[in-house]
Amino acid sequence: MTQMIRLEDLAKTFVLHLQGRTELPVFENLDLTVEQGECLALTGPSGAGKSTLLRSLCGNYLPDRGRALIRHDGEMLDLVAAPPRAILTARRLTLGYVSQFLRVIPRIPTVDIVAEPAVTLGMERDAARTKAAALLSRLNIGAELHALAPATFSGGEQQRVNVARGFIVNYPILLLDEPTASLDAANRDVVVDLILEARERGAAIVGIFHDEAVRKRVADRTFDLLPQQAAA
Amino acid sequence: MTEGPLLRVDGLGHRFGRVVACDDIAFELFPGEVLGVVGESGSGKTTLLNCLAGRLQPTTGQVLYDMRATGLSDVYGLSEPERRLLMRTDWGFVTQNPRDALRMDISAGGNVGERLMVNGARNYGAIRNGATDWLERVELDTSRIDDRPATFSGGMQQRLQIAKTLVVQPRLVFMDEPTGGLDVSVQARLLDLLRGLVGDLGLSAIIVTHDLAVVRLLADRLMVMRHGQAVEQGLTDQVLDDPHHAYTQLLVSSVLQP
Repeated sequence: MTQMIRLEDLAKTFVLHLQGRTELPVFENLDLTVEQGECLALTGPSGAGKSTLLRSLCGNYLPDRGRALIRHDGEMLDLVAAPPRAILTARRLTLGYVSQFLRVIPRIPTVDIVAEPAVTLGMERDAARTKAAALLSRLNIGAELHALAPATFSGGEQQRVNVARGFIVNYPILLLDEPTASLDAANRDVVVDLILEARERGAAIVGIFHDEAVRKRVADRTFDLLPQQAAA
Repeated sequence: MTEGPLLRVDGLGHRFGRVVACDDIAFELFPGEVLGVVGESGSGKTTLLNCLAGRLQPTTGQVLYDMRATGLSDVYGLSEPERRLLMRTDWGFVTQNPRDALRMDISAGGNVGERLMVNGARNYGAIRNGATDWLERVELDTSRIDDRPATFSGGMQQRLQIAKTLVVQPRLVFMDEPTGGLDVSVQARLLDLLRGLVGDLGLSAIIVTHDLAVVRLLADRLMVMRHGQAVEQGLTDQVLDDPHHAYTQLLVSSVLQP
């Protein structure tokens, strides 16, 4: 088994300078490993730090202490200490991230938003567009929508555009923040299939799945986070 | 990642008399990287940009640039002609007000072609083709090639300035509020265009702006300035989504959501 993610003594506290320097401890002494081909579900009540942990795994949030190691290009890269360009390279090649919300870029057609990660990795633009269109269609985004910018799409449609963007490249590590929220049963099944296929090809997956049925179908094990006490 | 930095800045500072405009700035910029510099008016970001771009001698510190022939060299240690050559061939500068950079009394094509001629192009057909090509790339109507920029809208003038800057294929481009003073819809188009060009050309760039949405879209890395100092630096989305410094938290929380 190949270790893909290893967290060592990881700690994160938010310090709110504008609110009397309030300290919000999110987690500490966190140790965790995820192997190739394994899907780990983060569980715990709202506010326990599941999203914060997931964001720390793609370098979007910066932990205060410890190491957040991911296997990138054959070596373990510490996201807490790595320079910005190393994290950007890791995101391009290694880390796929599906968030709950689509950050829309003005004017860019849906098919190009989805194709972009593949183009960045060197795929011919036309081939990437074809692949993107197939993935969008599988997620029930009709061909008539592919050429439109997704700004006016419904929440569920934007969510599926996000999912397509995260699955167009075979990332070795996938981070999924509620990928099935605001989806109907049919689309939820498509996303579950995509996750299972990714796991099958060997991706290490860490996700937050509020839907228990989805969690049971995709996750090998769970990691429970507990809320920390706030100290003013 | 064996490649060295394109630009290295050490202990850079500038004073206007007793006023410290920027102080002890240090960073490295690697090929293909886009650095955003944000901060409110008076934070020293434009002074910093001018010092970096060879336009204002810093009071302290060094700006080292990876010269094609000699490697990392002190920009202010070069002779005046050497520095001018560097600024003309390897660097570009995009100002907020395109009317400061364009010659309003010659045609749009002339503005772009002139930059090619300064760098040695002599064949009229090749120069005109180069100009036409760049007008297309910045989405300007090529039938306007012989019109003077004075007849263009603000957004068109800004795109013309970008064509004029990029036609000589610089390795490093400095931009001072490139989308400032434009309507929101024009801004979005320009941002989209810049994003595409920077990506396609593998440009390195340093963009000064007070608009956090601009850096989120264009910059890989961010430097937050206040009272002349860099109070926070890092990956753009990390600094914006998980700001650590009190001033960055204030900046991020002050943005109005439409």
